[in-house]
Amino acid sequence: MNLAIRDIRYHRGRFILTSIGLGLLLGVVISMGGIYRGLIADALAILHANRADIWVVQQGTNGPFAESSRIPEEIRYRIAAVPGVAAVSPVAFQTIQIERNNKPFRFFLIGHDPDSFGGPPSIIAGRNIRQKHYEMVAARSMKIALGEKIRLGQNEYSVVGISENIVSSGGDPAAYVTLADAQEIQFKKSNHAIRNERAKIRAGVAGNKALSPQQAELLKQSIIATTESTHTVNAVMVRLATGADLQETQELIQRWNQLRAISDKEQTAILAKGMIEKARMQLGLFRVILLVISAVIISLIIYTSTLDKIRVIATLKLIGSQNRVIVGMILQQSLLMGILAYVIGYLTILLTYEKFPRRIVLEAFDLQSLFVIVMAICTLSSFVGIRKALKVEPAEALGG
Amino acid sequence: MDKSMYAIEVENLTKIYGKGETAVTALRDANFKVRPGELVAILGPSGSGKTTLLTCIGLINEPTHGRVVIDGTAVADDGWQSGIDLKKMRREKLGFIFQAHNLIPFLTVQENVMVALEINGLTRAEAKNRSVELLNALNLGHRVNNYPSALSGGESQRVAIARALANRPSVILADEPTAALDTENGKNVMDLLKKLAVENHSAIMVVTHDHRMVENFDRILQVSDGRIAGETNNM
Repeated sequence: MNLAIRDIRYHRGRFILTSIGLGLLLGVVISMGGIYRGLIADALAILHANRADIWVVQQGTNGPFAESSRIPEEIRYRIAAVPGVAAVSPVAFQTIQIERNNKPFRFFLIGHDPDSFGGPPSIIAGRNIRQKHYEMVAARSMKIALGEKIRLGQNEYSVVGISENIVSSGGDPAAYVTLADAQEIQFKKSNHAIRNERAKIRAGVAGNKALSPQQAELLKQSIIATTESTHTVNAVMVRLATGADLQETQELIQRWNQLRAISDKEQTAILAKGMIEKARMQLGLFRVILLVISAVIISLIIYTSTLDKIRVIATLKLIGSQNRVIVGMILQQSLLMGILAYVIGYLTILLTYEKFPRRIVLEAFDLQSLFVIVMAICTLSSFVGIRKALKVEPAEALGG
Repeated sequence: MDKSMYAIEVENLTKIYGKGETAVTALRDANFKVRPGELVAILGPSGSGKTTLLTCIGLINEPTHGRVVIDGTAVADDGWQSGIDLKKMRREKLGFIFQAHNLIPFLTVQENVMVALEINGLTRAEAKNRSVELLNALNLGHRVNNYPSALSGGESQRVAIARALANRPSVILADEPTAALDTENGKNVMDLLKKLAVENHSAIMVVTHDHRMVENFDRILQVSDGRIAGETNNM
């Protein structure tokens, strides 16, 4: 006869309510793990979507996601000529926050060359960008309707397509525009700033008496062209030709001193280990604290439940019950509570994870590991009850 | 081992709690024997040593001195006998009835009887058959699926008696079995114990201070200040 099941059946209301409470706690633990996995998935989403073998960025930086990186756009042509390189694509990234419907609206703007790779991975509504300017593809989670216009900088952009959810490493949904548009939004100065700068250049050049008026005008035009140029990118993505050696190609690109060639694997490490390490530790610490709280709660529940059964245990001992019957009853109750709480926690998160503001990724390994940990906690927690039960004397069954 | 003609033999049984100056002698040199089928009362005021005597015979309290023999097996001789499995002895040879019934609240009436049988190694089917047989014999056949909370005091005590009888013990020890019952139910329980003692050939020892019940016993052991102060034979 299974005494644990009989006790649970009799006290099912109390058992279920306790398990629901514990289940919600475990749900938070599961969601924390899911948030952590979501952070990694978000951080690597753009990386995976572009399938670049090498990211060429400004030397001495971990760009373009972890750090700011700026390199001249025309470098793409030099990189394309490096042996082993099959394709290049310059990209410009920028996090933008605007007012939309009187609320802050934040997203990650990706500027790409429509004639190269690096655009939206899949279009689920509308079409991809066809014109050189003022068209945008927005991620589904931005909840922007096709045809809607978004003002960025000095221009309005029409949403011509909706893409699958792509997010930045910070979890912001991504929108795509052409590289030229992204450069203009990111690098073009305001009219006021341009006027000021031109006046300064004019005054500087005019003050140089060694130049003829013609030379001065040419120099002025040249300086203005350089300072007002928007032909800057944050990175150039590289895809290797079949059979090309990654390391060798990296070294060839890095001959130009102003560049750093980061492999996809290194970029993954920068994003996964560097950028979200603190978040990982924070979430990990929360999970540990919550598991400790769960352990304390289970211990208290099992201990008080054992105290409620002192006379039952004494009676069982008096009628000759072996200790394993009593230990089994307490241990099984603890494990059953853990199993039910885990199932409740899992189902709660499974039914709600899409409503979380950040992505929750539930991985089988995490769920299985947590289940094993919960079972271990239940086993350890039941020891306080078992210890109490084993100390009960059969004589306690006597008396009124 | 030769079977003794006595179900219980107690010789010079002494129980001392504590040591040195704080030692308290709860029971001193108790001597008596109980035959199978005999219904014996241990009568005495509170603190006289009745329950200590019962717990020493019930193998839950180790005697300090003296000898205890249950159904021909010496279980104590100046302390527990080595090699004796006390739990096994309690399962197989002893049945217990308590003042507060001590039914397990989360088991049904039938399961309360079955648990004693399954602990003693019977299969589920065997335990089920035996429990039904016992509960029918005690007019509780209609209550098998009820929980103890749904029973009256008299019914609960009859279930406790069924559990005590489940493994056909040689000795049944009852601690104030009628204390929580009214006179009528108390008398019914005593009549039942008397009947069972004869039918099952079990020695039944009942601790009581309920003088209303004394006429039901074959023999009465008067306990006072830890000693067997007197013995009355009703047979």
